[in-house]
Amino acid sequence: MTELTELGVKAIRDGVAAGDFTAREVAEAHNTAVAAGGALNAFIVTTPDHALAAAEKVDAARAAGKQLGAMAGVPIGMKDLFATQGVQTTAASHILEGFTPEYESTVSQNLWSAGAGMLGKLNLDQFAMGSSNETSYFGNVISPWRHKDGGNADLAPGGSSGGSSAVVAARIAPAATGTDTGGSIRQPAAFTGICGIKPTYGRCSRWGVVAFASSLDQAGPMARSVEDCAIMLGAMAGFDPKDSTSLDLPVPEWEANLSADLRGKKVGVPKEYRMEGTDPEILDSWERGKEWLRDAGAEVVDISLPHTKYALPAYYIIAPAEASSNLARYDGVRYGLRELPDGAGLQDMYAATRAAGFGDEVKRRILIGTYVLSAGFYDAYYNQAQRVRTLIARDFEKAWAQCDVILAPTTPTAAFALGDKMDDPLAMYLNDVFAVPASLAGLPAMSVPAMLNGNGLPLGLQLIGKAFDEQGVLNAGLAIQQRAAFDAQPEKWW
Amino acid sequence: MSSYRIQGATGEWEVVIGLEVHAQVTSNAKLFSGASTEFGAEPNTQVSLIDAAMPGMLPVPNRECIRQAVRTGMAIEAVINRWSRFDRKNYFYADLPQGYQISQLYHPLVGEGSLTIEADEKAGIPQDKVIGVERIHVEQDAGKLMHDQHPTMSYVDLNRCGVALMEIVSRPDMRSPAEAGAYVRKLRTILRYVGSCDGNMEEGSMRADVNVSVRRPGEELGIRTETKNVNSVRFVMQTIEYEARRQVDLIEDGGTVVQETRLFDPNTGTTRSMRSKEDAHDYRYFPDPDLLPLELDDAFLEECRASLPELPDAKRRRYVEELGLSDYNAAVLTAEVETFARFETLLAETAKRLGKSEKDAATQVANWSLSVAPGVMNALGDEANPAHATAEAQAAILQMQTAGEISGGQAKEIFEIVLKTGREPAEIAETEGLKQQSDTGAIEAEIDKVLAANADKVEEYRGGKDKLFGFFVGQTMKATQGKANPAVVNELLKAKLG
Repeated sequence: MTELTELGVKAIRDGVAAGDFTAREVAEAHNTAVAAGGALNAFIVTTPDHALAAAEKVDAARAAGKQLGAMAGVPIGMKDLFATQGVQTTAASHILEGFTPEYESTVSQNLWSAGAGMLGKLNLDQFAMGSSNETSYFGNVISPWRHKDGGNADLAPGGSSGGSSAVVAARIAPAATGTDTGGSIRQPAAFTGICGIKPTYGRCSRWGVVAFASSLDQAGPMARSVEDCAIMLGAMAGFDPKDSTSLDLPVPEWEANLSADLRGKKVGVPKEYRMEGTDPEILDSWERGKEWLRDAGAEVVDISLPHTKYALPAYYIIAPAEASSNLARYDGVRYGLRELPDGAGLQDMYAATRAAGFGDEVKRRILIGTYVLSAGFYDAYYNQAQRVRTLIARDFEKAWAQCDVILAPTTPTAAFALGDKMDDPLAMYLNDVFAVPASLAGLPAMSVPAMLNGNGLPLGLQLIGKAFDEQGVLNAGLAIQQRAAFDAQPEKWW
Repeated sequence: MSSYRIQGATGEWEVVIGLEVHAQVTSNAKLFSGASTEFGAEPNTQVSLIDAAMPGMLPVPNRECIRQAVRTGMAIEAVINRWSRFDRKNYFYADLPQGYQISQLYHPLVGEGSLTIEADEKAGIPQDKVIGVERIHVEQDAGKLMHDQHPTMSYVDLNRCGVALMEIVSRPDMRSPAEAGAYVRKLRTILRYVGSCDGNMEEGSMRADVNVSVRRPGEELGIRTETKNVNSVRFVMQTIEYEARRQVDLIEDGGTVVQETRLFDPNTGTTRSMRSKEDAHDYRYFPDPDLLPLELDDAFLEECRASLPELPDAKRRRYVEELGLSDYNAAVLTAEVETFARFETLLAETAKRLGKSEKDAATQVANWSLSVAPGVMNALGDEANPAHATAEAQAAILQMQTAGEISGGQAKEIFEIVLKTGREPAEIAETEGLKQQSDTGAIEAEIDKVLAANADKVEEYRGGKDKLFGFFVGQTMKATQGKANPAVVNELLKAKLG
């Protein structure tokens, strides 16, 4: 029998349902892999008992002849941005260290209700702010991938969902939750050779997810195949009356409607994504992607998204603006860290608590956000950025007259070494350049692995779809997956 | 025009007043959470995860709060904005868990409207005056800090945190403390009619931020100060009096008024500076990304409109024009919801019993409601049980009085017993002998005795001393122990005295 940790979501679910192995066996195998994977620093806390308890419930349900959920018997990693009842939830910050919620986020609850179990809470960039998982209070996550030249430099697993990408790529978890504000699912998926989809804004409830930028934050699955993403997204999504921005729409049967037959479909290729400084190998992967989609029956057409170059600056105004307000609640008054120097008054306590509790990148974004919302600057920055956001959404609207789905690179480069960009925030922010437009427009977008570069590192291709058309994205992703036949794995060194 | 002026050393000054009234919306749950809004609960027992701003919590608007604010807007004939939006007002304070208040700055729910304050000569309001309302928006209340629980720490009670408030912003249309007082009272009346706020200022359900500036009559507006959280009509008026005088004195002494936020001290009737414009917060308002814009559809607006009761001005007009009441009676009867509700119930019951139209019974019921009944109640004090003052009992008394069965004095006596005991008026009249005699035979006999005993006075009367008629009436009433129907006595006396 294949190692259970080699199996994906679909294979585990079907194998458990068929009685090929028990959910408990699956949970134990993954718990063992979690315990052995400490060198990756992917987990902030591990929860082997949670995984076992969920598995036992599934095994009991199966024994009783009950119908099993869409994720029955699948142990997953939970990004530590989702509130989990009774399990520490930190957003990888010191300010929330030790915070144990008395409530369960809607998305995680949906997953448990579908029969999934939790292996642990995954490390991430602090408050999901970062593209390399280097801003976590709990240390860097190290990518399971290494350069094939034998260089031992630790590589970035991407961010902010870096714990998620690392464990899925390393076969420690078959799947993990991610959240994507400006690429935080797609970029780490691309860096680690796995799939990840950010659905249409509003598909997955934000209730119980520690907020970064409310108008952009969206949860989604990260797994090793398009099918697994379709299954897991189906379990995560759904209308939630507790989230005013939740989409009141039925969840489509994504898994059942998967089809790699793209005849009659048009794939748009935006000329503005051919940016200076993009790695030639990335451009090469893009060319291959076009070929694969043509091979699947699609027609590839050139399109223009003229405001693309304004997306990144607009994003880095809107997201910090919202974050500066969203993070005001971490003040030392009610929960989390409280720093109370001798003789401190209320303002002193705020200052000391927030100075000690937030990392540099979080502070940087709070400062930027506070600045762009200030009297006298609001119109020039925040309002202007919102106008740009409208124009970017309009670019996509116009594009849909010409195509059904858009193909683009996910990132401008392959994974970089940890430490490479930490001194240069702008270079770091540039990593999100291809990811951010779809976030600003609230569109579904996915990264699927395409190939390895000359250094033996994975490169991802991005598919962006119309609002609510996750199916179109998944289907195009499936067509690429079938033709790319990406089966590379990181060599185990941990 | 108000003639209210501050007499300064250098001449007259006019006061310009605008009010921002914060009214707590009557609803069971808070604006964005399901927590209860009941007053007086133990600290921190009415706090949801949302109110405490736990990580990942999201606001969901409470439809009833929006509905009440829309109905309030309709009651002051304001523009209702079908599209409005919530903004965040960012600042740090321990009573504000989110670190921002969800409010509406850029696109309020309710736009321009107005209300009318009534002429009140005594108060220096010579005629009715329309006061503009610039807007009404909805927002969250904050929690409460308690500084007296611990020697070195402050405690926070989040029960009020997140409760829905309407902020009702007037135009700077008021020119005297009396006008401001009348505005707050009128607004309170309207809110209570609509049922959107209980108007209870002691419990903090209504409080006002008072904007005051002074100027030479007819000149440009002066610099204003804003005195926060004034919680009674009297204090609003005191704030204005104090602020206007302070500003005039300041200017006349060569100083300038500073735009600032001030606090009212009820113990001294004075205000003091809280913070000046220079240290004013930059609230960094921006649209709340957790909430979609509020869009109101026709059905919702129609329901809001259809559910509005008859409003104070309309009711008052109807009392005068249709029920024939005096302006004064109409004004008093319509000032409070409880008053008109009692009046209308009693009027309906009395008209039914008398077989009259409400119009024909209205004046009698108004007089009873406004002078007779309160007089009896007040005289009894604690002995009276107001629960016994049912519409049925009072209508029964009025019915007996109208039929001539009892006199006005007997009506009061019967009502007194009703208030003390809850007994039936008819039974009281019977048992206690509180009935008038209308039996002409018996009264005639008494009159004859009176006339016989006072033959000299009869002569004088017949000789032209008309005033003695009252004497004969009095003697007859005395002889019948006050039980004779005065109308019958008058009639018979007139006939006999020729």
